[in-house]
Amino acid sequence: MIPEFNYVRAQSLTEAQQQLSTDGARVCAGGSDLLGCLRDEVFDCSKVVSVTGLDELRGITRSRDGGVNIGALTTIAELAANSTVQELYPGLAQAAAEVASPQLRNQGTIGGNICQKPRCWYYRGEFECLRKGGDTCYAMAGENQYHCILGGYRCYIVHPSDTAPALLALNASVQIAGPRGERVVPIEDFHVAPRDDVQRETVLEDNEIVVAISIPQPASGLRSSYRKVRARGSWDFALAGVALALAFDADRVTGGRVVLSGAAPIPWRSREVENTIIGQRIDATLAREAADAAMSEAAALKNNGYKIPLFKGVIEEQLLAIASA
Amino acid sequence: MAHDRRDHDEKAADTSGISRRGFISRVGAGAAVVAVASKASAESAKPTETMQATELSRITLTVNGQQRQVLVEPRWTLSHVLREELGLTGTKVGCERGECGACTVLIDGKPRYSCMTLAVEAQDADIVTVEGLMDGEDLGPTQEAFVEKDAFQCGYCTSGQILAVEGMLGDNPNPSLDEIRIGVSGNLCRCGAYVHIFQAAQRAAELKQGVGGES
Repeated sequence: MIPEFNYVRAQSLTEAQQQLSTDGARVCAGGSDLLGCLRDEVFDCSKVVSVTGLDELRGITRSRDGGVNIGALTTIAELAANSTVQELYPGLAQAAAEVASPQLRNQGTIGGNICQKPRCWYYRGEFECLRKGGDTCYAMAGENQYHCILGGYRCYIVHPSDTAPALLALNASVQIAGPRGERVVPIEDFHVAPRDDVQRETVLEDNEIVVAISIPQPASGLRSSYRKVRARGSWDFALAGVALALAFDADRVTGGRVVLSGAAPIPWRSREVENTIIGQRIDATLAREAADAAMSEAAALKNNGYKIPLFKGVIEEQLLAIASA
Repeated sequence: MAHDRRDHDEKAADTSGISRRGFISRVGAGAAVVAVASKASAESAKPTETMQATELSRITLTVNGQQRQVLVEPRWTLSHVLREELGLTGTKVGCERGECGACTVLIDGKPRYSCMTLAVEAQDADIVTVEGLMDGEDLGPTQEAFVEKDAFQCGYCTSGQILAVEGMLGDNPNPSLDEIRIGVSGNLCRCGAYVHIFQAAQRAAELKQGVGGES
């Protein structure tokens, strides 16, 4: 049984923020990650503040600049099936379709998906680990086959989201509502690396809520894709994934971003790959060179060394695929 | 342990007006939904806005087309309330962490894990459990297809599988085999009856479109 909590169904965004301003309050949108964390007693929660009644946070609309605005309560299933998203940002639609299972895609929201808590089994289990305020990362010397190979620092989680890497590749921004009004944070600055704060995953304050995600109009010649490799075909978190959003002029890459999932504690932008391919035509030699560059800084733990050749293979495969798309 | 279980059943019987054993026999006869129907007033349909942790609050759930009033704690999941308060034990609880799919129900037509959904969060939704797929005394087409294709062994995952298929067919009446595999990908079958489950999903699609007879 889940530990006891008070429950408030917010009637407005302002009320939600007020309710979240008390200690121990947690926001509930789809609730799939929240309920898992409460059941595993990952954190204390004395009050659940439901925002599911706030219909103004739902839906996908075209923005004036030609991009899209995605309400935070839009479900992952709605995102995956949206024809505008499929047309303008196929990489994001693919990433959404790869999230979890049909049931969880019907429940989980895009706002919640980018704010997920890590899936590290020590963090979720009965360990007072560094991220939960303890003094030890149990994964460092423990079972770490699903942990990070890049960006680890005292804590070796991987970020669990599939949509966040695709959104970062597409240069999306996160609209956040708080007591001092709205602010907009590029998703590149939204997630917090353990080097900066080992107990935070995002820049959100306790009484702030993600209200929407906006993606700019695709650049001319933009192609996007998402590839996810997992241990179990039916559904699982990424062992290794790559989100691409690359602009092409004929067959030459003119710009864009390459982001890895399952690699690091945050969605991991690989500037090594970007620097290798921008201005170039992608062929087999360049794809391999870029894949090697992506892993040049990678450091394996005891059990996750397999991820390095896996990432190299996936990056090489995806670069060649998008070049011939 | 067995004794505790029986006590709990009797307690559940007090609140739902029906015992577990009596309920199961009625499910067999296909009359369960009618048997446990309760009166609900229209003004109670507005979702409860605040609830205290330690108190029971009255909420209204729409289950299988009927409004049902229940007293719940905010932390109670939909699967718990369906089984223990409403006696709808066709919904199974397996992992209770959103991984196995045994607890799948339809919420506004979409398959969802009822173990990962708070009952209070389901107040203004249409909830369908496996009991709600009955056509009077007869099995509904998806249930019928699972029987016809022998799509289970122990049967524990079956009601979740059936609702996953029912929800998929609501969106996509003619799924390909790959679409079926994705449609039931959130439901584990530890007996490994997957091939028959895929066949049952194809058969359910046919039955829903009025294709009768042996296939």
